[in-house]
Amino acid sequence: MNGPAIVVEDVAKRFRVYHERNQSLKIALMRGKRANYDEFWALQDIDLQIPQGKTFGLVGHNGSGKSTLLKCLAKILVPDRGRITANGKISALLELGAGFHAELSGRDNVYLNGSILGLTKRDIDARFDDIVGFAGLEQFIDSPVKNYSSGMYVRLGFSVAISVDPDILMVDEVLAVGDEEFQRRCMEKFQEFRDDGRTIVVVSHALGTMRSMCDEVAWLDHGRLLAVGSPSDIVDEYSGSSRHDQVAAADGDTGARWGTGELQVTGVELVHGGGVGGAVRTGEPATFRLTWAAHEPVAKPVFAIDIDTPEGVSVTSTATRDAGPVPDVLEGEGHVDLVVPRLPLLPGTYVVRSWASDVGGLHVYDQRDKVLRFDVAPAPGREQGGLVTLDGAWQPPMRPHAPGR
Amino acid sequence: MSFVSDVREVARSRELLVNLVRRELRSKYKGTALGWAWSLINPLATTAIFTVVFSTVMRVEPPVGVDGLHSYPLFLLCGLLSWNFLTAAVQGGQSVLLDNGNLIKKTYFPRRLLVISHVAAAFVSYLVEMGVLVAVFLVFGVNVLPWTPLVLGLMVLLAVFALGLALLLSVVNVYFRDVAHFVALFMQIWFYATPIIYPISLVEGVQDGQSWAADLPLTTLYQLNPMVGFVESVRDMLYGGQLPPAGPVLYALAFTLVSLWVGNAVFARLQGRLAEEL
Repeated sequence: MNGPAIVVEDVAKRFRVYHERNQSLKIALMRGKRANYDEFWALQDIDLQIPQGKTFGLVGHNGSGKSTLLKCLAKILVPDRGRITANGKISALLELGAGFHAELSGRDNVYLNGSILGLTKRDIDARFDDIVGFAGLEQFIDSPVKNYSSGMYVRLGFSVAISVDPDILMVDEVLAVGDEEFQRRCMEKFQEFRDDGRTIVVVSHALGTMRSMCDEVAWLDHGRLLAVGSPSDIVDEYSGSSRHDQVAAADGDTGARWGTGELQVTGVELVHGGGVGGAVRTGEPATFRLTWAAHEPVAKPVFAIDIDTPEGVSVTSTATRDAGPVPDVLEGEGHVDLVVPRLPLLPGTYVVRSWASDVGGLHVYDQRDKVLRFDVAPAPGREQGGLVTLDGAWQPPMRPHAPGR
Repeated sequence: MSFVSDVREVARSRELLVNLVRRELRSKYKGTALGWAWSLINPLATTAIFTVVFSTVMRVEPPVGVDGLHSYPLFLLCGLLSWNFLTAAVQGGQSVLLDNGNLIKKTYFPRRLLVISHVAAAFVSYLVEMGVLVAVFLVFGVNVLPWTPLVLGLMVLLAVFALGLALLLSVVNVYFRDVAHFVALFMQIWFYATPIIYPISLVEGVQDGQSWAADLPLTTLYQLNPMVGFVESVRDMLYGGQLPPAGPVLYALAFTLVSLWVGNAVFARLQGRLAEEL
C-alpha cells in the first residue's frame, strides 16, 4: 500500500470545562442553558500525515493534547473541525480490557471484546487458543473475569487487542503492564507488528522507549503541533524544553522522603561540563554532588545514590560504604561528590534517589526519592538504544583461516 | 449521516450486536439460583397480584372472549407482557449509555448498538414470555396459533417503537440526568392510561356516567395513546379471537415511524460528544 496511513487535516477539538455541572432540567430551564462552562481548545490546527508502515510517536507534556489526538484518530472523540482520514483497520489500546464484563467468563469476554474491536466470530474461533495462550490463562478461561487478578485482566485485554490484526495500532501508555516477562512479550509483539509493515501510533512519556521504538515523532504543546521529525531530534528538543521538570523536581515536586533526620540529604546536583543543569552527554565527565547537613555529630555515615529510569528500572545503586570513604564522624554542612569520568548512560531521562544511613544500613537518617531528575543528550557514534553504553569498540570482521572449498 | 447509512452501519456490525445481546442475556440472571426462571416468575407474580387486587377485590370484569373465554389472568397477560417489554426496553435502555461509559470512552464502535442490543435482549425475553402465553391459551383449549404471525408482527412493531424511545432517552439522559426520574414517573401514568388491568369499555363507561370527567372527550384523548393500539390489537387476536380494527394499528405504525426517526435523529446529533460528557 502507498500513501500515508492517516491524514489529519486542520483538526481542532474543543472541550467544555464546567464550573458547576448541573445536569438538571430545572436549572437548565431557569437559566435558559444547560450549565456554565468555559471552552478550551485541546487541539488546534493539527495537520499531520502518519506514514504507512512506520511507528509514529506523540510526545508532549501532560495536557498537551496527545491523548486527545489519539482518541480522535481512534474515532472515540469527534473533532469539532477538520478531517481525519484513515487508510486501513484501526485498533486502539487505550485501556486494556475496557469492554470486559465482570460477571462473564474469560471465554465470553474474549468473544465480546474481540467483536467490539471488530473481529468476526470466525476470526476469534481461529485465534482463540493463541489469545488465551499469549495471556497464559488456559486454566482460568472459564471463570468469571471478576475473579481475575489485575495482571490477568490486563494480560487478557492485551492479548485480545493485539490479535485484532489491525493495519494501524494505537497505543496509549499501556506498554508498562504486567510483569517483566509479559512486557518482554508485548515488546516482541510490537516488533512483529513493525516487521510486518504495519503502522503504530504510540503515546508515551518514556522518552527512551520512544527514541528507540519510533521512526518519526510529533511534538504537541498546548494543543498545537510544534514539530514533526526524527525521534532523536524531536525527543532531544522536547527533553531540552522540559528541563524545568528538573527544577520542579528540585523545588518540591519531589518523591517520598523519610528517615530519622539527624543527617539530611539537602540535595543532589549533577555537575558537568555545561555547569549545573542542562543536559549532559553520554561519555562526558559528570559529577553527582550530594549536599548534606548534620545537626548533631553523626558517626560513620554512609551516603548512597541510586539511578533509575522513570519507569522504575534500576540502572545502578552505589553507596560510600561499598566504594568510598566512610568518615568517622560528620557534623555541620557540606557535600560529597560522586565523580564519574565518562558517563555511561545512554540518552533518556533518569531519576535519582539518594539516602544517608548508618554504616550497617539499618538506620536510615534520610532517604529522598526522586531528588533529582536529569536528561542525557545523545553523543555521536553511540549505541542505538538501551540504558548504558558498553564503551566497546567493534573490530573489523574476521574470517577463520578456512581452507578453500 | 442519513438514516439509510445509519442502518447500514448497524447492519455491518451485526456480529457485535449479537455478542452484546448475548452479554446482556447471560449477565442478566448470572449469579441467581433460579436463573432464567426469573423471567417467567416475574410476570406470573405480577399476574397473581393484579388478579387478586383487581379481579377478586375490585371486581373488574374481563370481557367475554373467544369461545366464551372469561379469565382475568389471560385477559391481563395479553396486555401486561407487552407493557413489561416496553418498560424494560425504555427504562433500561435510557441508562445503557451511562452504564457503559467506560466502553464508550475507551473503544470505538457504533454507539447505537448498545441501545439496540438492550432492546433486542428485552425482546428475547418478551418472545419467550409470549410463547409461554400462547402455550397457556392452547392448554385452555383456545387455538391461537393462526394469529401468531400477526401478533409477532405487532410485537416487532412495538420493539421498533420502543427502540426509538430508547435511542432518544438514552442520549438525552447523558446530558440531563433527571430525565430518568421523569421517565419513571411518566411510565407509571402511562401504565394506568393503557387498558392493561382494565378493559377499554370501562373508559367508555366513564363518559356515559355521572363522574366529573364525564364531560371530557375521554375516549378521544384515550385513543391518542399509541399503546392502546398495540395492547388492544394483541388482545383482540389472542383473547378475542378476532381481527383488530385497522385504525389503531395504523396509528401505532405512524407513531412507530415517528419515534424511530426522531430517536435516531436526536441520537445521531448528540452522540458525537458522548465520550466527553460521560
